Amino acid sequence: MAALINVPAKAKRGDIIEIRTLTSHIMETGFRHTMDGALVPRDIITSFTCRYNGAEIFRADLFPAIAANPYLSFFTVAKESGKFEFEWIGDNGYSSTASASITVE
Amino acid sequence: MAAAALAWMIRMTTRPMTRRTAVLGITAATATLARPSVLRAQSTGRVVVVGGGFGGAACARALKRAQADLQVILIEPNAVFTSCPLSNEVIAGLRDIEVQQFDYDKLAAEGVTVIGQAVTTIESQLRSVLTADGVALPYDRLVLSPGIDFHFEALPGYDEAASEKMPHAWKAGAQTLLLRRQLEAMDDGGTVAIAVPANPSRCPPAPYERASLIAHYLKTRKPRSKVLILDAKDNFSQQRLFEKAWKELYGDMIERIGLSQGGRVTSVDPATKTIVTEFGNYTPDVANVIPPQRAGRIAEIAGVTDATGWCPIDPVTFESKLVKNVHVIGDACLGGGIPKSASAASAQGKACAAAIVNLLAGRAPEAPRLTGVCYNTVAPGYGFSLAGNYQPRGDIFAEVEGGATSPVDAPRELRAREASEAERWFQTITADTFG
Repeated sequence: MAALINVPAKAKRGDIIEIRTLTSHIMETGFRHTMDGALVPRDIITSFTCRYNGAEIFRADLFPAIAANPYLSFFTVAKESGKFEFEWIGDNGYSSTASASITVE
Repeated sequence: MAAAALAWMIRMTTRPMTRRTAVLGITAATATLARPSVLRAQSTGRVVVVGGGFGGAACARALKRAQADLQVILIEPNAVFTSCPLSNEVIAGLRDIEVQQFDYDKLAAEGVTVIGQAVTTIESQLRSVLTADGVALPYDRLVLSPGIDFHFEALPGYDEAASEKMPHAWKAGAQTLLLRRQLEAMDDGGTVAIAVPANPSRCPPAPYERASLIAHYLKTRKPRSKVLILDAKDNFSQQRLFEKAWKELYGDMIERIGLSQGGRVTSVDPATKTIVTEFGNYTPDVANVIPPQRAGRIAEIAGVTDATGWCPIDPVTFESKLVKNVHVIGDACLGGGIPKSASAASAQGKACAAAIVNLLAGRAPEAPRLTGVCYNTVAPGYGFSLAGNYQPRGDIFAEVEGGATSPVDAPRELRAREASEAERWFQTITADTFG
């Protein structure tokens, strides 16, 4: 499943808006063992970035203690119409992106 | 002296109660009035039970049967009880609501004093319960079986008024029939959405049984329609059994959006019948919104709820961890591994009665072993079940060995047998409690 994004389609200039993201990921901690004792290798998302018209406005580092399917919610100020770009990076070369547009009046 | 105390108690009920007035009231009462002996129990003991559902009624009856000279008072404002178990079949038009309804005549005939009032105040320092008509009922032990209330603050837009447009049908009765009428009025090709809250909530598998039976109704009457489950959980009780049955019986008629697909409902707008989730808006033709829950309001009035909204108890006696001589049973208590079900409430009611009889006689209560059973009917003649055993472990109940869930791969004959067992279970538990 692709990432889920919730950005308001429209906002007034200066409004504080909430952005929500949810991406499907196993977030395997690297601390668990299989039935026959082998370590299950770590497989997590390690970082998340959000850019608003190219400028980074939010970044998060993620760790093994974070549950599967990380859900992130944060706030920003609606300054101008344009595009939010989201990027998740993780173990084993994992990379996923998504974007959403906003009209600021 | 007794008359003075009663007059004071009546006055108290007419004033708006705040925590402050309650505390001042208790102080004043204990300072100026010696506890009037005529109000205290005369016989071997006096137990007041508040709430006449599966927990409270079973407890009252078990108390009286265990000790005939015990004074047992059951306070319940409704003259008729409507059972939630099997009410999903009423919604789907498979059952009349009358067979879900029971009165308290048999309990009264066995010597339980049944009072048809609402409780307004509980004075735990005075060990007295006040009812809406201003009467004070003293107790040696109080049992609260208040069931659930809705946590409206946790679901913006939803309240009593909204429930007339977007029924919860999570307390059986008028709401059950309202949801049924809405289904009957819906055109073929419509969508029925069911908003499901996170745990803990009353009867965790029931939303999925409801989705199944609504799908059955739609399949037989309005086959182009669909059921959409918006779920605040990723996993649920007996999930594999449900999902297999849905595929077998209803194809793709039932769609479920779980927590990690953005299914958690965050608000509703009754004016436009809109359900808002974390990642989308839905405007179904019929919106069955099951709101987040907490212990029934009486529990809060009694001061036995904690920050979770539920009631911590000693699992051996069901006595509240917060208020002495008050026991909490059924959906309202923090039962640990025990699901909130009629079957569990009934078992808890009986175990609590046994503990109280021992406590009143000065004997040590015995640790109970409880059994809870849960039947799900997903279509006429297609049922499955979950049974669990629970014992006190530390502060909670933990599931112990001996439980069983219906096999996922089973012939239809077993599903048919379990469907008729569900009906027999209902006959047995209701006869045991009210009959």
